[in-house]
Amino acid sequence: MFQFLQLFFTGLTIGSSYALAALGFSIIYNASGVINFAQGEFIMLGGMIAAFLSLAGVPLPVAVIAAVVLVGLVGLLVEKLAIEPAGKTDATGIVIVTIGVSMILRGLVEVTLDKKNHALPAFSGTTPISVLGATILPQSLWVMATTAVVVIALAVFFGRTRWGKGMLATAHNRIAAQLVGIDTKRVLLASFGLSAALGATGGILLAPIATTSYDVGIMLGLKGVVAATLGGLGSGVGAVAGGVLLGLVEAFTAGYVSSAYKDAVPFVLVLVILVVRPRGLFGLGPATRV
Amino acid sequence: MTSLSFPNLLEPRSPMRFVPLAILVAVLATLPFVLPNVWYFDVAIRIAANITVVIALNLLIGHCGQISLGHAGFFGLGAYGSAILTSLYAWPPMLALAATAIVVGLLAWLVAVAILRLQGHYLAMATLGLGIIVSIVLTNESAFTGGPDGMSVPDFAVFGLRIAGEKAWYWVFAGLVVAAVVFATNIVESPAGRALRALHGSEIAARVVGIDTASFKTRVFALSAVVAAVMGSLSAHYMGFITPGVAGFSKSVELVTMVVVGGLASVWGSVFGAALLTLLPDVLAHLEGWETLAFGMILVATMIFLPRGIVPSLVAFFTKKEG
Amino acid sequence: MLVVENLTKTFGGVTAVSDVSFTVEKGTTHAVIGPNGAGKTTLFNLITGVYTPTLGSIRLEGVEIGGIAPEKLARRGVSRTFQNLQVSMNLSALENVMTGAHLELNSSLVAAMVRWPGIAAKDRALRARAAELLDFVGCGRYAGADARSMPYGALKRLEIARALAADPKILFLDEPAAGLNHTETHEIEGLIAELGRRGITVVLVEHDMKLVMSVSTRIVVLDYGKKLAEGTPEEIRTNRDVIAAYLGAETEGA
Repeated sequence: MFQFLQLFFTGLTIGSSYALAALGFSIIYNASGVINFAQGEFIMLGGMIAAFLSLAGVPLPVAVIAAVVLVGLVGLLVEKLAIEPAGKTDATGIVIVTIGVSMILRGLVEVTLDKKNHALPAFSGTTPISVLGATILPQSLWVMATTAVVVIALAVFFGRTRWGKGMLATAHNRIAAQLVGIDTKRVLLASFGLSAALGATGGILLAPIATTSYDVGIMLGLKGVVAATLGGLGSGVGAVAGGVLLGLVEAFTAGYVSSAYKDAVPFVLVLVILVVRPRGLFGLGPATRV
Repeated sequence: MTSLSFPNLLEPRSPMRFVPLAILVAVLATLPFVLPNVWYFDVAIRIAANITVVIALNLLIGHCGQISLGHAGFFGLGAYGSAILTSLYAWPPMLALAATAIVVGLLAWLVAVAILRLQGHYLAMATLGLGIIVSIVLTNESAFTGGPDGMSVPDFAVFGLRIAGEKAWYWVFAGLVVAAVVFATNIVESPAGRALRALHGSEIAARVVGIDTASFKTRVFALSAVVAAVMGSLSAHYMGFITPGVAGFSKSVELVTMVVVGGLASVWGSVFGAALLTLLPDVLAHLEGWETLAFGMILVATMIFLPRGIVPSLVAFFTKKEG
Repeated sequence: MLVVENLTKTFGGVTAVSDVSFTVEKGTTHAVIGPNGAGKTTLFNLITGVYTPTLGSIRLEGVEIGGIAPEKLARRGVSRTFQNLQVSMNLSALENVMTGAHLELNSSLVAAMVRWPGIAAKDRALRARAAELLDFVGCGRYAGADARSMPYGALKRLEIARALAADPKILFLDEPAAGLNHTETHEIEGLIAELGRRGITVVLVEHDMKLVMSVSTRIVVLDYGKKLAEGTPEEIRTNRDVIAAYLGAETEGA
């Protein structure tokens, strides 16, 4: 029971960060139908920039906020400089562009920052808190709480605000959205900024627990895509559920089966779900029309 | 109405179409006499191995329009299949290669049946997952694979004839490149090749005229996987030592990059793309760490400025068409 | 030739086609008309294997074909064109037409790899036939062109040439005149009439009434997924229900 609870906390913590990554994927997918394989690099950038700023003596809260804002800007740049100019190629083409972007971002960090591992100081100490015999790091609480706040904020944004509704409308039917006066180009741009900032948030929250380096984005990004696919591409609820589910399954596999194979779990899961239910747990089926 | 202001060397059925092939053969036959040392032979062999894999992968990505982000997994399975069977079970290398290729072909065929009804992003996801699972298994089953440290592979021998050393292997790989170019060109120019491109253009229209799109995609996927596996086997014997890196996600991405940069649905594009991007890390060797950045830049720039890839764009530039 | 009985298709509670029955005689031109959303294209998609019927039967020459995939139906002589163009833009005009005859050719990958004798010769013969077909539909001048460089009207005809290359027993044309101007529509009308004269069984969905009335042997009228009327062009022209449905649709649409 004790081990179960311990693994549950671990899974929930990692799962929360996967959920943030998956939300980033879903937002861009909704705005453009693009799976952004560079999402993982936004996560990495968040952690790395915050770590370097903090290392340079910038106070932690400032470093964190600056990193989120900077990565958000990077997201806007990516859309302006790569996605938009690539124009309307097919899904395969866009997958390739975003893979290229991810290599550029990773390469830039490799060249300008460094290839070492970095840790960010924990936000509020490292004294474990004991809960029902299991322990939990204060940073884990930060991860879960921030994710919860972000999820609620996004729900309000998409449900209540003009901009959010416009983005949803674009996802639903781009041409109809254009007809009612929504600037779908700006929606796409905004979706990249927002997703990048979300990714960075996840990366920063996770950096004090697992160290960060220039190449962590690959695995984190892939797991984010897997979480989004599990939950159903484009579904917000699905992204959060997929992320948390993935985190939990991973933690329990590591604890009860084999820690060596925990990284394989998401990919086995995604294969199974694609074969059994390609639209994911909460996604809508793809519509074909001839 | 087409008027060629320039003889189109690559147009199917043009009498000039054998020119590029003749040039390739001539270059491959001359190289051994001009390459100064074994280091260059090694580069040439690596280029040849990549060209062969990429030509087959391009049939899948360029012709069928089906992306695979896990092809290095098949290459890795081929490499480790041969390595394990020959070193741990003392199988003859040729038998090990054939058995591995058949198993990989069957695996790919099974997977294809399950996932090729998926499209675009979903297919990318599924192949990606498959490739990563392979690389994780290779890393973790250290009893068989030596784990992350890798394992050594015995020399290749067929009918008592040992193949060892860069200069001997060069001829094997050069021969395979020529075979791959010839076979792929034959497919592309055949009714089957036209069917592949047709299903990429419009899947439903292809089905309506009787093209069994699912079967074509499955067969091409399996074919490209088998080619990757065979090249994996041979590369393993050539290198004599392999690590799980050969099956990694970044290797899969590299292969896709070669296809795209050279030119989708272009056999000569694959030759060019694989050669260019295999050379790149060696050219950038003094700029340690810049490879990822350079690869990314080339990939994105190609997609933006030459979305059809370098070779088809050049061909189009020299072939003016009036509609 | 083609017998459709009690055909019904529902999409998650919405009934797109409801209890439709009609018979197409060999060598005739049959039109399916009706207001937008009447279920015409769904009906086509059911008969040509894109959708599986919820209920009812479709028999071609006495054999049940409901729910059989399009690529298998092609073997039984069913061919079609599409309302929204489905041309492979990465192929030339000629190659698009040649794909129509896919089933006559050896499509084995291994045979292709080794240039199995006969493949190339047969393909060359087909190339000549495809050029003739392009000529027949009035696209002769585009024989060497890439599909992507062709105008919309020519692509609509290209689809017909591709369908004819399959030598179909029955040919389905889904809105062959959609998006065409007056002259082009007139030319398509002539082409369909010519198909009829050559004894090809044609079923078409079309909005252009002048075209429908001039080329059809019989007309089926759909409204809200149900068959509203069936008869000769003359009978349909004077049918009260049909007039009401069309006038009703026009008032709603206005």
